[in-house]
Amino acid sequence: MPLLEVKNLRTYFHTRNGVVRAVDGVSFEIEKGQTLGIVGESGSGKSVTCYSMLGLIPQPPGRIESGEAIFDGVDLLKAKPAELRQIRGKRIAMIFQDPMTSLNPYMRVEDQLIEPLLIHQKIERKRAVELGVQALQDVGIQDAANRIRSYPHEFSGGMRQRVMIAMALITKPDLLIADEPTTALDVTVQAQIIELVKRMQAERGMAVIWISHDLGVVAGLCQRVNVMYAGRVVESGPTASIFRTPQHPYNRALQKSIPALQPKGAELYTIAGMPPDVSKPFVGCPFAPRCEFAQEVCRGPVELKPGDSGQATACVRVQNGELKL
Amino acid sequence: MTQTPSMTDATIAANTAEPGASLWHDAWLRLRKNKLAVFGGGALIVITLFCLVGPWFSPYTYEQQDFAQYAKAPSAKHWFGTDKLGRDQMTRLMHGGRISLGVGICATLVSLTIGVLYGAMAGFFGGKTDAAMMRIVDILYALPFTVFVILLMVVFGQKIVLLFVAIGAVEWLTMARIVRGQVQSLRKQEFIEAALALGLSQRRIILRHMIPNVLGPVAVYTTLTIPAVMLLEAFLSFLGLGVQPPMSSWGTMIKDGAELMEEFPWLLMIPAAFFSLTLFSLNFLGDGLRDALDVRTSKD
Amino acid sequence: MFRFIAARLLQTIPVLFVVATMTFFMVRVMPGGPFDSERSVPPEIKRELDAYYGLDKPVFQQYLAYLGKLVRGDLGYSIKFANRSVNETIATTFPVSLQLGGMALGLALLLGITAGVMAALRPNSALDYAASGLSMMGICLPTFVLGPLLVFAFALKLQWVNASGWFDSTDIILPAITLGIVYAAYIARLTRGGMLEILSQDFIRTARAKGASEVRIIFRHALRGGLLPVISFLGPAAAGILTGSFVIEMIFQIPGLGRHFVTSVFNRDATMITGVAVFYAALIVFFNLLVDILQVWLNPKLKY
Repeated sequence: MPLLEVKNLRTYFHTRNGVVRAVDGVSFEIEKGQTLGIVGESGSGKSVTCYSMLGLIPQPPGRIESGEAIFDGVDLLKAKPAELRQIRGKRIAMIFQDPMTSLNPYMRVEDQLIEPLLIHQKIERKRAVELGVQALQDVGIQDAANRIRSYPHEFSGGMRQRVMIAMALITKPDLLIADEPTTALDVTVQAQIIELVKRMQAERGMAVIWISHDLGVVAGLCQRVNVMYAGRVVESGPTASIFRTPQHPYNRALQKSIPALQPKGAELYTIAGMPPDVSKPFVGCPFAPRCEFAQEVCRGPVELKPGDSGQATACVRVQNGELKL
Repeated sequence: MTQTPSMTDATIAANTAEPGASLWHDAWLRLRKNKLAVFGGGALIVITLFCLVGPWFSPYTYEQQDFAQYAKAPSAKHWFGTDKLGRDQMTRLMHGGRISLGVGICATLVSLTIGVLYGAMAGFFGGKTDAAMMRIVDILYALPFTVFVILLMVVFGQKIVLLFVAIGAVEWLTMARIVRGQVQSLRKQEFIEAALALGLSQRRIILRHMIPNVLGPVAVYTTLTIPAVMLLEAFLSFLGLGVQPPMSSWGTMIKDGAELMEEFPWLLMIPAAFFSLTLFSLNFLGDGLRDALDVRTSKD
Repeated sequence: MFRFIAARLLQTIPVLFVVATMTFFMVRVMPGGPFDSERSVPPEIKRELDAYYGLDKPVFQQYLAYLGKLVRGDLGYSIKFANRSVNETIATTFPVSLQLGGMALGLALLLGITAGVMAALRPNSALDYAASGLSMMGICLPTFVLGPLLVFAFALKLQWVNASGWFDSTDIILPAITLGIVYAAYIARLTRGGMLEILSQDFIRTARAKGASEVRIIFRHALRGGLLPVISFLGPAAAGILTGSFVIEMIFQIPGLGRHFVTSVFNRDATMITGVAVFYAALIVFFNLLVDILQVWLNPKLKY
C-alpha cells in the first residue's frame, strides 16, 4: 500500500485573466521511505501539486477541481480542515525555498522550532525545548543550546535552512516535502543540505518528495523522478532510466540541454519556443508545439501510461511504438 | 535543467511592444479605475466650483443681515437656511469654503516648499549636513504642534496670512522626511553619478533631476496634508483662535452651529457635511494616488 | 538596550530646552500679556509680581532665572490668579485629562485593532468595505463635529447620558468616544494594512504547514509584526489625543488641563501658558520615548 497516492489531481486558479490550469490531471504514488523527485520548469505545476495536497492553496482564486490524494487511508483533498491540520506538520512536513522569508523574523528560533511539538503532542514546554536543542544538533548546528534563543536573521542562509529542516522533522513525520530548498543557497551549501536530508531520510525511513528545477540535485538524491510539463506528468520512472533512456521528447530535450554534457565550442542546445500559457485551453499534448517529433496523432487524447522497466511516458507516439528515443 | 527558450519568429511577432507608457500614464490609468478616488476627485471639483463661483450667482452677500429672516430653516428663498443674524447660509458657506480651502491649499504649499527644499538638500548632501538637518527635524518633531500654533496665533495676532504660515511651518517636517528618503535612494542610482560625471552643478542636479522624481510621493502626501491642515484650521477656529468674524470659515460656522444645534440643527449639519465631504474626497483621492503610483502594490 | 534608553533620554533634553525657550520668549511678546505695559494691575500686586518674576531685571537674567526654576520643577504662579501655583493647577486638573485620554486611547486601540484584524482576515469582503468606510468617516469627522452630534443624539434626544459636566461616572463615555473614534479609525487602517502585509508573507505559510490553527496564526505569528505600524502610531496618537482634549473638554465642560490651558490663553496668563506648554511637551517627549522603547523591544530586527 503506497504511503501517498495521488489520482487525477486538478487545481485551477480562477483569475481575471482566465482560468489557469496549474495542475491538470496529475497522478503518482510514493511508498514508505521512498524518495521521489519532481522536476519541471517554473509554471509546470510542481509546487502547486504539493501545496494542493496540504491545503496550502488560497481557495479563492484557487480551487481543487477534482482528484484524490490518499495518505494512509485519508483523502487529504476531502478532509475537514481540522483533520488536515492534524496531519500537516505532524505526519507530512514541508520545507520551503527561501529560509529567510519562511521563518518568522519576529519570533525566536526556539519558539518556532518547538511549535510543531506543542501543537501536535501533549508535551511540556521544557521537554519540547530539550527536543528542540537536540533537533538542532542533529542537523549540525553547533552550540545549539545557546543558539536556539537567537532570531532567524542571526543565522546564515545555510544554517537557516538547517533550522527549517530541524523544525520540519521534529515531529518525526512520515513524509517530507521539500520545495526547492536549495535553490536560494550557494552550491557548496546545497551539497551539505542534500547530504543532510539523505542522512535523515535513511535514519528515519522517511519518504521524501523533492521538488526542483535542477536535474543534478534530483539525480543525487531520488530513487524515482516525475517530469512535469504544463501541469501534467509527462514522464515518470527510476532516476537512472529517466536520465539514460528518456521516453518523452521533453525529457530528452532537457537532457540534451544540460550545458556540462554538451561538446565544448558547439552552440548550446535549446528547446525551441516558450512554455505554454496554461490559462489558454489546448488539445492534445502540451509539448507538441515545440516537439521535433510532433505528428497529427499528438493532437489527440494524451495520457501517462506505464511502459516497460517501470518507466511511464505520456508521449503517444512512444506509447504506440512509432517513436523510439 | 536550464530553460533557455529561443524565440521563434512567430513569438517575436506576437510580442510587439505596446505603446510607450510612462509612469505617469500608467498611474493615471490606474487612478481612473479607482472608483472612490474618482468620486473624491469629482466631488472636490464640484465643491471648489461651488465655493469659487457660487457667490457671483447668489443674491445675498455673506454679511448681509436681515433680522426678519431670523434663523429660518432651509427654504426656497434660502436654500441652506439663515443664521441668527438673518445671513444667508448658502452664501456664507461658499465664502467659508473659499477660506477653508484657501487656508488648506496655501498652508500646504508653504509646508510643501519648505519641506521639499529642506528634504532634498539633506538627502542630497548626506553626511554631516544631513545628520545635523535631520537632528533639527527630530527635535522639532517632538514638539506639541498644536500648542505652538495656538501660541503663535495668540502672540502674533489673528491675521489670516499668519494662519497659513503658522500651520505650514508646522506641517513641513513629515514632507521633509519623505523627500529626504526618496532623494537618498535616488542618489544612489546611477543616473545621478552620470550627471555628476558630466559636470552638472549640484544645484542643477537637485532641481532638474531629483525633484521631478520625487514628485510622486510628494503629490500623494500633499493631497493628504490638505485635509490635515483644514482640520487644524477648523480646530483653531473652533477655539476662537482662527479666522475672526465677520469672516467665516467652515470651522467657525461649525462652531456657531454647534452652539445652536438643539434648535437650529441645519446650522451645524450643513457646514459639517460639506467639511466632512471635502475631507473624505481629499483622503480618497490621496489614497488613490498612492495606490496608483506605488508599483509594488499593483493588484494586476 | 540600556544604552539605547540612556541615549534617547539625553536626546530629550534639547527638545525640552527648545520648548521652554520658545514659550518663554513667545509669551513675552504676546499682546495683552502681563509684560504688556498697557495692562493695568493693582500696584501692590504689580510690585509683588515684578519682584517675583524679576520683571525689574534685564530680560536675559529673567530667562536664566526661569530656566533655573524650571529645572527645579517650579513652574511659578498664575498671573491671573496670583495665589494659585501652576504646579497645583496641573496636579488637580491633569488627572482628569489623563482619565479621559486614557479611556479614549484604550477605546481606540480596542475598536481599531479588532476592526483591523477582522478586515484583514476577510479582505475585499462586505465586512472589509464596511470597516474601511467607517474608518474613513472617523478620519473625516472632526471631534468638534462628532461631539455635538453625539450629544444631540444620545444626551438630548435619547437622554441616556448627561450632555456635559464631570459628575457622573457615565460622563466620561461620550467625550471618550468622541476623542477616541478618530484614532480608532486610523488604528483600524494601520492594523488592516499591517496584518495584510504580514499574512501574505512566506512564514505564515510555514506556520500553516506546521498545522497551526488560524487562531494561533493570528495571535502568535501575525500580530507581532502586524501591529508594528500601530505601535509607531501611538506616539502621534497620544499627542493628538492630548491636543484633541482641548476641544473636547470645552464642548463637554470637563475640568481638565486642556480646558484650563485654553482659558489661560484667552486670559493671557503668561506663566500658566508657559508652564502648561512645557508640561505638555515633557509629557509627549516622555511618551514618545516609551513608544520607541516598545518598538525596539517588539521588533528584533531593530535590536541587532
